[in-house]
Amino acid sequence: MRLDPRISQTLMKTLLWTLTGFTLFILVFIIVTISIKGLPQVTPAFLLQEPMDMGRAGGIFSTIVSTIYVTVLAILLASPLGVGSAIYLTEYTREGWVTRIIRFGSECLAGVPSIILGLFGFVLFVMKLGFGWSILSGGLTLAIMVLPIIIRTSEEAIKAVPQEYRLVCYSLGLGKWQTITRIVLPSALPGISTGIMLSVGRSLGETAVLLFTAGAALRTPLSLFDSGRTMAVHFYILAREGISMPNAYGTAAILMISILLINVVAYSLMQHLMKRYS
Amino acid sequence: MKKELFIERVLFFLALSSIGSLLLITVFIFLEGVPLIAHTGLDNFLFSSHWAPTRGHFGILAMIISSVFVTLGAMVLGVPLGLACAIVLAEFSPQPVKTVLKPTLELLAGIPSVVYGFLGVVWLVPLIRDYLGGPGLSLLAAAVILGIMILPTVISISIDALSAVPDLYRDGSIALGATNWQTVRRVVLPAASSGIITAVILGMGRAIGETMAVIMVAGNALKIPTSILDPVRTLTSNIALELAYATGRHREALFATGIVLFIIIMILNLTATVITRRR
Repeated sequence: MRLDPRISQTLMKTLLWTLTGFTLFILVFIIVTISIKGLPQVTPAFLLQEPMDMGRAGGIFSTIVSTIYVTVLAILLASPLGVGSAIYLTEYTREGWVTRIIRFGSECLAGVPSIILGLFGFVLFVMKLGFGWSILSGGLTLAIMVLPIIIRTSEEAIKAVPQEYRLVCYSLGLGKWQTITRIVLPSALPGISTGIMLSVGRSLGETAVLLFTAGAALRTPLSLFDSGRTMAVHFYILAREGISMPNAYGTAAILMISILLINVVAYSLMQHLMKRYS
Repeated sequence: MKKELFIERVLFFLALSSIGSLLLITVFIFLEGVPLIAHTGLDNFLFSSHWAPTRGHFGILAMIISSVFVTLGAMVLGVPLGLACAIVLAEFSPQPVKTVLKPTLELLAGIPSVVYGFLGVVWLVPLIRDYLGGPGLSLLAAAVILGIMILPTVISISIDALSAVPDLYRDGSIALGATNWQTVRRVVLPAASSGIITAVILGMGRAIGETMAVIMVAGNALKIPTSILDPVRTLTSNIALELAYATGRHREALFATGIVLFIIIMILNLTATVITRRR
């Protein structure tokens, strides 16, 4: 009893397309559910008012501020390290044991789960260095989390810049560093921005790391050493402790939509770069 | 010339940042956790399921078992679904469909884990409670949510593996009279197998390390599960639930739990790296 190959092919294709359709349905379901229940909550007042009564009333202003602070700090710290690593890996070394170790470190770091990063940030920054639960501790730990993303995308972007560009610069008498800063980096900029934007997206949605490094204070942080509750942490606490479902949905909607928008723009930037040089 | 050399040195130190961070993380997690393991003994720590930190009992067996079951459950759902998407995208869809579908599916990776956990609580948990019984917050709920969360990892790495198979293989198989599906099944999938195994392993790493979504849907009960409808507490949720108020030995025990998790993840990552290298 063997099925005709053409029939089994039709059956399998139908099955595979159905499964793919199901996956797409899950994605659409998540986006639509959160948007429908959340967007009606999002009013200018919701965005601009301080949370009141533990988040039961009022808006989410202070959590937006905290989110921006930790994210900006993380990006400011991780970008020079990440882009510098990528320049070193692509322009200054041949493939060898040094690059292998650096790449291995970056790959492993990318696989470290956020709860472990949270533990690490908690013991080193919050406890040992005495920064406490603060924007500073949160930003430092987030920077380590996004470092591999920036390294990988910057490397890809720099590698995509055609070798001729560099050769022309050398033939015009430019030094190596001049070539990199004047020609290679500007050409790779869209790709590097992609890495930075993806990092922003990761940071916005991160919870486990920030719960244990930036804390959950609802006041608007005024200094690097103040604790600050980010939007993702706020959403988690609202939902888990059942404080306010409407406010939870509203926070989730803003969070999810901003992350998705950032990712879409980041993705198209990278496509644009790859198309230009391929 | 001197300036160039200086720049190279500086860049070299920047490049050490990732491996340096990894070392720092390893050192600090071990420094904090090892004393507890030395205190209770590795046996009592790993092979006892008696966790009562205030009374000095630190056995994490139940959590190890729960983590393993939740992860395996996630693989049962996530791998077939992810592989199906990858095959459709890499083999069966025309270019325009692919250029739209691939980035769309990648959006799944951008949705924060707390959102997955939240929808799990609001939609999935009541479904399980009403139709299958039990408290709803369960191993099954965690496995389903994690199965969805690992899809982007499984899909994107599998697509890369499938696309890396040379078209000559496909042409040869079609020329011999095989159908497209026969070609995929007998030629392309075997040729891409090492990449697909990597995808599965990295998916496992994601699943076992995920925290927030699991805390929200798994129920966090401290016992070895006997059914998929039982509430469970994984290694990750144990750390996250108790870190905020733990002190002394109790806190060390949470770091020791972190060590176990860290070692599992590193073994998975190393295996994936070795498989990729060999290819």
